[in-house]
Amino acid sequence: MSKLSLITRGILKENPTFVLVLGMCPTLATTTSAINGMEMGLATMFVLILSNIVISILAPAVPDKVHIPVYIVVIATFVTALQLIMQAFLPAVYNTLGLFIPLIVVNCIVLGRAEAFANKNGVVDSALDGVGIGLGFTLALTVIGMVREILGSGSIFGWRFITGDGILAFVLAPGAFIVLGYLMVLFNKISKKN
Amino acid sequence: MEYFVIIISAIFVNNILLSQFLGVCPFLGVSNKVSTATGMSGAVCFVITLATIVTWLINLLLVKFHLEFLQTIAFILVIAALVQMVEIVLKKISPSLYQALGIFLPLITTNCAVLGVALSVAQKGMGLGQATVYALATSIGYGLAMILFAGIRETLSLNAVPKAFKGLPIALITAGIMALAFLGFSGLV
Amino acid sequence: MAAKSTLLNMVTCLTAVCLVCSAILAGLYALTAEPIANAAQKALVESISKVLPEGGELSESQSCEADGVEEYYLLSDEQGSPLAYAVKTSTNGFGGTLSLMVGVLPDGTVYNTSVLAHAETPGLGAKCAEDESAFRQQFRNFAGKLLVKKDGGDIDAITASTITSRAFTLCVQQAVDAVKALNTVKEETVNE
Repeated sequence: MSKLSLITRGILKENPTFVLVLGMCPTLATTTSAINGMEMGLATMFVLILSNIVISILAPAVPDKVHIPVYIVVIATFVTALQLIMQAFLPAVYNTLGLFIPLIVVNCIVLGRAEAFANKNGVVDSALDGVGIGLGFTLALTVIGMVREILGSGSIFGWRFITGDGILAFVLAPGAFIVLGYLMVLFNKISKKN
Repeated sequence: MEYFVIIISAIFVNNILLSQFLGVCPFLGVSNKVSTATGMSGAVCFVITLATIVTWLINLLLVKFHLEFLQTIAFILVIAALVQMVEIVLKKISPSLYQALGIFLPLITTNCAVLGVALSVAQKGMGLGQATVYALATSIGYGLAMILFAGIRETLSLNAVPKAFKGLPIALITAGIMALAFLGFSGLV
Repeated sequence: MAAKSTLLNMVTCLTAVCLVCSAILAGLYALTAEPIANAAQKALVESISKVLPEGGELSESQSCEADGVEEYYLLSDEQGSPLAYAVKTSTNGFGGTLSLMVGVLPDGTVYNTSVLAHAETPGLGAKCAEDESAFRQQFRNFAGKLLVKKDGGDIDAITASTITSRAFTLCVQQAVDAVKALNTVKEETVNE
């Protein structure tokens, strides 16, 4: 497989949100606005790339029966590192994303990629896979956040184009499920046609 | 009174699935049938309560030695070990219960509801009593939403749904409408 | 491809990974401890300067035994008489703890408010954290009755977020009460 297709595959054919349907919790919870969604996506991408790299190096030396605990420890280390770095240098972002930063540990995308890809492939390929899947995730979250922000608060990336309130339900919990549902329909339609 | 407020708020107002979005993957994954949804809810209920108590104790140790930054690693390892142990113990003690819950147990390690509850209990600095009640109520809320949702999906599967909506999309929209209904509880406490 | 799963193998591998990871994190923790403390300090200083009038001398953090009040900072003029207080108060909001910095003048008038931490619903209660929102503008130089209109006060609640509005107003009330209590104590000592 060519290096480029490793990246594009994560964005379209194996999009973690719309096709693989993994990591739904942060997808639904943090997409109240486009910026929030993007930040969550980038945070996940950071962990995904680094854990993919380290796991692809470690994999041959890890006994089979304990591979899951070892992967989890590696992932948790990067997540905690991310937590500390964000607290130090991006405290505002850390406060908005809150509990969902430590919860990247249990995001099935990260462990899923470690299991399905990084432990069988080389360092470079694993890193690229992390970039691709991470980009796919970030894009999906940004799009969901954008739709919810436009409908819910009448703004795009924080820039308001209407005065007054939007349709509040879209910023609240129900909007998350409904927007994701309809976007999935759209994604299905488009990818079928191609 | 205080406990009552915690219980009502955890089950209805801040329902873990429909307003906090923790543990959504199994919510979508195993909610095709009421029977599997019930099994999963039972297993989650058991593990969340047990894990919250154990991680609460572990957190005491971490705070004592100023190692709070190891919280995420410590909690996830404890939860993973706990799930394994519960599986082994259940197999020995109650084979019938194991049969009912067994297949769901391995899935629970990566259920973010468990880690989520453990972490938010540690963040909010709850006491052991409060934490236990909170965990139990939260998991009852989880079960409630899960079983109701499975009931709706069972009925839904008998209806003609447009092709592009089949499967997850329609399930997500259903969940959205349920969440809308649960919004009605806000302001209750 | 993977190494053999003997007991010794598994134990060594897990222990080694755990040790290395903890060591890395301990190092990173030591490195980031200072920036984290600095960031928190900076946020605090910014919120204090936002809620107080300009000029004067700011005191160190002082503790105070009033409901919901964690600490306060006193701004005094050159003669040492108080110009304003910045009071840090908190209460339970809709989604979690709501924590505010409230600037109060010695006569009990609210000067300005600033949100330190909140867990309110985005799009609804979270509006209380927007400095320019109509809800927050009400609290500038406010001397009326600190209750939402539904409860017989002078505060317009945020649409559909009565609980957040109540919690916010209660926080401000706590700060005003604390300042009033501080002033009575001071007057008594002066009279003696």
